[in-house]
Amino acid sequence: MSARSEPGPRAPQSRTEGNPAGASDLLVVRGLEAGYGAAPVLRAVDLTVAAGTIAAVVGANGAGKTTLLRALSGMIRPAAGQVLLAGEELRGTPVEQLVRRGMAHVPEGRGVISELTVDENLRLGGLWRRDRADAARALDEVYDLFEPLARRRRHLGHQLSGGERQMLALGRALVGRPRLLLLDEPSLGLAPRVVARIMALLRQLRDRTGLTVLLVEQNVRSALAVADQGVVMSLGQVVIAAPAATLRDDVDLRHAYLGF
Amino acid sequence: MDRFVFLTIDGLSRGAVYAAFALALVLIWRAARVVNFAQGAMAVAAAYVAYTVATATGSYWLGFLVAIGAGLLLGALVDRVVMRHVDHASPLNPVIVALGLVLLIQAVLGMVYGNEFRPAEAPFSRSALTVAGVAVLSPYDLFVFAAIGVVVSGLAWMFARTPVGLRMRAAAFAPEVSRLLGVNVGGMLTLGWALASGVGALAAMLVLPTELGLHPHAMDLVFVSAFTGAVVGGLDSPPGAVVGGLVVGLLLSYVSGYAGSDLTPLAVLVLLLAVLLVRPGGLFAPVAARRV
Repeated sequence: MSARSEPGPRAPQSRTEGNPAGASDLLVVRGLEAGYGAAPVLRAVDLTVAAGTIAAVVGANGAGKTTLLRALSGMIRPAAGQVLLAGEELRGTPVEQLVRRGMAHVPEGRGVISELTVDENLRLGGLWRRDRADAARALDEVYDLFEPLARRRRHLGHQLSGGERQMLALGRALVGRPRLLLLDEPSLGLAPRVVARIMALLRQLRDRTGLTVLLVEQNVRSALAVADQGVVMSLGQVVIAAPAATLRDDVDLRHAYLGF
Repeated sequence: MDRFVFLTIDGLSRGAVYAAFALALVLIWRAARVVNFAQGAMAVAAAYVAYTVATATGSYWLGFLVAIGAGLLLGALVDRVVMRHVDHASPLNPVIVALGLVLLIQAVLGMVYGNEFRPAEAPFSRSALTVAGVAVLSPYDLFVFAAIGVVVSGLAWMFARTPVGLRMRAAAFAPEVSRLLGVNVGGMLTLGWALASGVGALAAMLVLPTELGLHPHAMDLVFVSAFTGAVVGGLDSPPGAVVGGLVVGLLLSYVSGYAGSDLTPLAVLVLLLAVLLVRPGGLFAPVAARRV
């Protein structure tokens, strides 16, 4: 399953190195169309993310990156297209069921519930799980992973710093042991040092647990530094999907699609 | 002094009922951002169910339990059948619909039971026990305190300590995020309506025997007092609702005891006005969370 490969000069470089078609594709999106009201934002998006890889979706403001994530997790209803998670159709699944299918979405602004404590926010991420013992184990693992959170268990969400909030949002998603993690702008408003730490953590999770990540970022450099696959969106379409290293290193591609 | 003690205890007893009723209003406000103006009428409807059951079976307690059950059910029904379908774009919409519901419920009750007072039975004696020559508590007052104490602490425990309580709070504060975390937000909302309406039914069962009895309009004034209590405490704060309800109960008792019962409705409105002017968020308004 390849990324969108339109014939013609606009997208001659679409390729699928390191991501051969087959059973290893965790997320397959075909012809996804979505928008708000009558205004379409996504126009026939095709996308494939292999299991155990990190895909970074980059592009200008208004390219449809956030809308893509919202359409994938069902927060907005797609008008057309297919979303397959491990081969199962996701479209039409109620939002609250997606987490049970293995998809976690950390939304724009992180979605930390300010009125709840750190511990309550984290526990909420595992409440849906039947296996209570493993949910408790996952909670302990998150506290081990994010040591600042362990020190602030009883603090309310609104008492945390931006970096701590991002850790909390990530940790809360991880408590549900997702197969696919959708992350919307994790670097927003964070110091470069904190961003680097979070990106390194994503790699670590991918390598250790086989987590698959679909990351939306404005911060193209740090996103491509961590990702296996780079997906460039423009005006609601995927204009190129290529190995992140190729997008990073190919000067022509960078100039054409990323503007730097 | 004797009189002061009596008025204080009487005020706390009434205040406990207002507290429960105010708490029910706060539960729905927090979950759905709706002030449920139909709560009084819904509670009266549950009390009429109790009356029917108690008359048919001769058992007060069976009627009592059925009333709480009817309250829970009616709350869920009002959410699912009516309120869920109201456009919340303007805050006035649910208010108007709730007022319409009041008219409907009161009209139906009037058609079925007649617009006359029916006796509301008290399960315990209402004559005060005398301690050292001072009339203090009646067994019925003790029952009221115990019933409301159990319900309020039970709700507090449920919200603070149980998974379903955590889900309900999360769904109220951040519905969209909660859905992403697998919370059935619609179900939590219905549960909130059911619980609030059940508490309202309990309050009606407790307060009606101390008043003129059962009547389609019997809870109208209780609603006004409890609403004032909820606003005094800040509509968003459950502990505030309890304290606010007790404050209103005490105020009404002192005013009617020392200045005459004609002045009590005025006193409630003066208190409401004072709170809205001085501290519109209520006495227990939380410090607004800073969203970054």
